[in-house]
Amino acid sequence: MEELAITVLGRDRPGIVADVAGVLADLGANLTDSTMTRLRGHFAMTLVCTGPDAADVEAALNPVAVRGRLLATVRAVGPEESTEPTGEPYVLSVHGADRLGIVAEVTRVVADAGGNITDLTTRLAGPLYVLVAEVELPPGTAEPTERRLTEVATGLGVDVVLRRAESDVL
Amino acid sequence: MSCDAGVSLAGWLTELAQPGQVRPVVSAPDPVLARAGAVVDPTDPAVVQLAADLVATMRVSPGCVGLAAPQVGASARVFAVDVTGHPKAVTVHGTFVLCNATVVSATRWRPGREGCMSVPDLTGDVKRASRVVVEGVLPGSGEPIQLTTDGFEARALQHEIDHCGGLLFLDRVAGAHALYQRKVYL
Repeated sequence: MEELAITVLGRDRPGIVADVAGVLADLGANLTDSTMTRLRGHFAMTLVCTGPDAADVEAALNPVAVRGRLLATVRAVGPEESTEPTGEPYVLSVHGADRLGIVAEVTRVVADAGGNITDLTTRLAGPLYVLVAEVELPPGTAEPTERRLTEVATGLGVDVVLRRAESDVL
Repeated sequence: MSCDAGVSLAGWLTELAQPGQVRPVVSAPDPVLARAGAVVDPTDPAVVQLAADLVATMRVSPGCVGLAAPQVGASARVFAVDVTGHPKAVTVHGTFVLCNATVVSATRWRPGREGCMSVPDLTGDVKRASRVVVEGVLPGSGEPIQLTTDGFEARALQHEIDHCGGLLFLDRVAGAHALYQRKVYL
């Protein structure tokens, strides 16, 4: 079944999730994976759903978006591909004084190592910039990647820690 | 001296001759927080003064259960802890300061939410041992201490020992969704 990737972004206020989810429910769309969070006063929804045509969702979301001053996009993205892990799970923490290029330079090291970022959060708290990423690294690449990350972090004046993620199965 | 669970360290503070002074607490990204602190001579009068200052600063800081030397700008392996009265605390050793402390045994790992006076706007989920044995020395006398504790006091000790090694809780958050803005509700 075809999947739709939908993004909705707007100034945070009560009711955004309810409005958008209501439109999707009325169209018979089945929400699968989503992240919905507040980013510096803006509310951002990214979700995948199955069911209706992209054009129908776009048409139904349009009045809600106009009324609520939301930016909404709808794209058909084809069937889900394998999301099997491509490596070993690690957590990458970076923090330091905010400056341009921290995310770009740090994630380039991960990409050059063949690593895959599966989740990433950044927060700017006053002068402090924090990045926490979950990454999958090809077996045997963690040590050289950590060395390279330390070099890049030193150049950026930030601190970096790469450690193996724990996944307790209970 | 060995301090088993329930044995208080109370009384040793009176050995600190001078009163402590409240010092300003530094916040990340101050580089002092990212440097591993120096091993100290616990009998050095400057270290004894630092110990007293840490206790004084901790006591005037609302909700503060621990404070490490790097947090007052001193790159040294000294920290104060006091979890007395904290609702999550089980074993409580009162107010104490340790120098050159290390965790020698850590078991029963549990996740928990942590904040830090030096990272005032964020909290994070961090896995820590809920039973630890910590060894260090007392400021002033230099008496070696082995302390066995659990629960929240164990978490506080690991957090402060991390500070002395130049680590923040940010270096140990469990994942990308384990970092939170500290919320202030109306």
